[in-house]
Amino acid sequence: MKTLSEAIRHREFVVTAELSPRKGTIVANFIKTVHALKDKVHAINITDNQRAVMRMSSLVASYLVLREGVDPVYQITCRDRNRLALQSDLLGASVLGIRNVLALTGDHPSAGDAPEAKPVFDLDATTLLQTIGKLNTGVDLNDHPLKGATSFFAGAALTPQTSPLEPALLALERKIHAGAQFFQTQPVFDAGAFASFMEKIAAFRVPVMAGILLLHSAEQAINLNAHVPGIKIPDVLIKRLAASPDPHAEGIDIAAGLIGELKQSAQGVHIMTVGQEKDIHSILERI
Amino acid sequence: MIVTDIKPVQEVLDALGGYRKVFVVGCGSCATASRTGGEEECTAWLQELERSGKEPAGFFVPEETCHVFLLKSMIRQSEAAASADAFLVLACGAGIQAVSAATDKPVVAGLNSMFLGTTYRAGEFLKYCSLCGSCVLSSTAGICPVTRCPKGLLNGPCGGMVNGMCEVDNTVACVWVDIYERLKSRDQQKSMTRINKPKSAGNARHRKVEPQRIARKAHP
Ligand code: SF4
Ligand code: SF4
Repeated sequence: MKTLSEAIRHREFVVTAELSPRKGTIVANFIKTVHALKDKVHAINITDNQRAVMRMSSLVASYLVLREGVDPVYQITCRDRNRLALQSDLLGASVLGIRNVLALTGDHPSAGDAPEAKPVFDLDATTLLQTIGKLNTGVDLNDHPLKGATSFFAGAALTPQTSPLEPALLALERKIHAGAQFFQTQPVFDAGAFASFMEKIAAFRVPVMAGILLLHSAEQAINLNAHVPGIKIPDVLIKRLAASPDPHAEGIDIAAGLIGELKQSAQGVHIMTVGQEKDIHSILERI
Repeated sequence: MIVTDIKPVQEVLDALGGYRKVFVVGCGSCATASRTGGEEECTAWLQELERSGKEPAGFFVPEETCHVFLLKSMIRQSEAAASADAFLVLACGAGIQAVSAATDKPVVAGLNSMFLGTTYRAGEFLKYCSLCGSCVLSSTAGICPVTRCPKGLLNGPCGGMVNGMCEVDNTVACVWVDIYERLKSRDQQKSMTRINKPKSAGNARHRKVEPQRIARKAHP
């Protein structure tokens, strides 16, 4: 299997999965899951205290992924670390052999399980991308020389179905100026709307992997619509899940169908299964 | 002006601990406008001290409490203040520290200092500035993201913006959408593609080189 950057360079349809490190120190199941995804996906994204819920370090978990022979996408947010910690973690990641980084601003701590935590945001996704660009050229953010540069393939997040769209597009353009080489999006549920979004940003010629969120019941979908900012699951899909005798299989069907349609417009897909990673196999089989 | 909030009574009483005779200092500027440290609030505290079995020594409301020389002379001239075991100060942190610098007696804080506010109308304040020490308003359409974005982002909006509202509170507009709209009204929205450099930590806590004291001469 090609690595993420090779697959993108060869314009292959890229498949990435997403995995959250455990909250705790027992990693056997995590490693088993990684192992099961080997040779099925190009890379696995490792979330960084996702939704501001404290978990094991994404840097260490990314290394565990790499050690299993899978290409990790090390997610790093600006919420918990200032510019010193971000840069030193990135140098460490580089030494461990991690090549892909997804530079994120990060959710506000108020969303998570330690809402009283001090939000850092010393940098933001854009200036973090710029910083990675500098590390790649052998200097740090303040232009001090490094003994050995990094060689990261840096990406960023994208919200295709947001409104108003124009400020988000300006922010996207800024991230491209800052050096983003690929984008992974928030969950997409409408392939048509995604395709017209892609036309709007066609001039930028950046590889975009559309986010796919596996649904497994109508209640879950309703819940997501109500509680997760930016998620808009259309009624038709909720009705399909509600009417199905096997909503779990229906969810897999929906995901596979979406991926099929997105093949026209996206460079790949980024599959988020929130704990149901074993279903990725079934989704991929059905495309 | 500095917007303040009244501390819970019990927290203040706990801090007053064993001090019996308490003198209350309000503030005639921001805390009066904030309705947290004017004559009315000082009088209410005198009654509260009475109820709690303490001895209210009296009160005054200086024109501006954040003025050490003024406070020194007012305390010197007040017998009631001189007789007190402790001062309870209903002013911002700068005012409380001015009292603390003007007397050797213990000083207890009666207010929490919240932000540098813009007065919308009497009694209504907008959290608009956090005194960051390197103002970015010239490049953000006169709207402060350091203070009004909960993440203080210099390059927004972030991915959490939904329908123009903020990820952290969906009843509040995303300040970066406000900035965008203001720029667009002048057809300058393209300027948002410029990257704002990371800020110096500026006036944030623990900065090594900070103006501990700024002295300016009056115009001749
Ligand atoms: S940029 Fe700094 S100084 Fe300017 S309004 Fe915002 S917090 Fe205040
Ligand atoms: S939604 Fe807007 S105001 Fe809220 S955190 Fe993101 S950029 Fe800041």
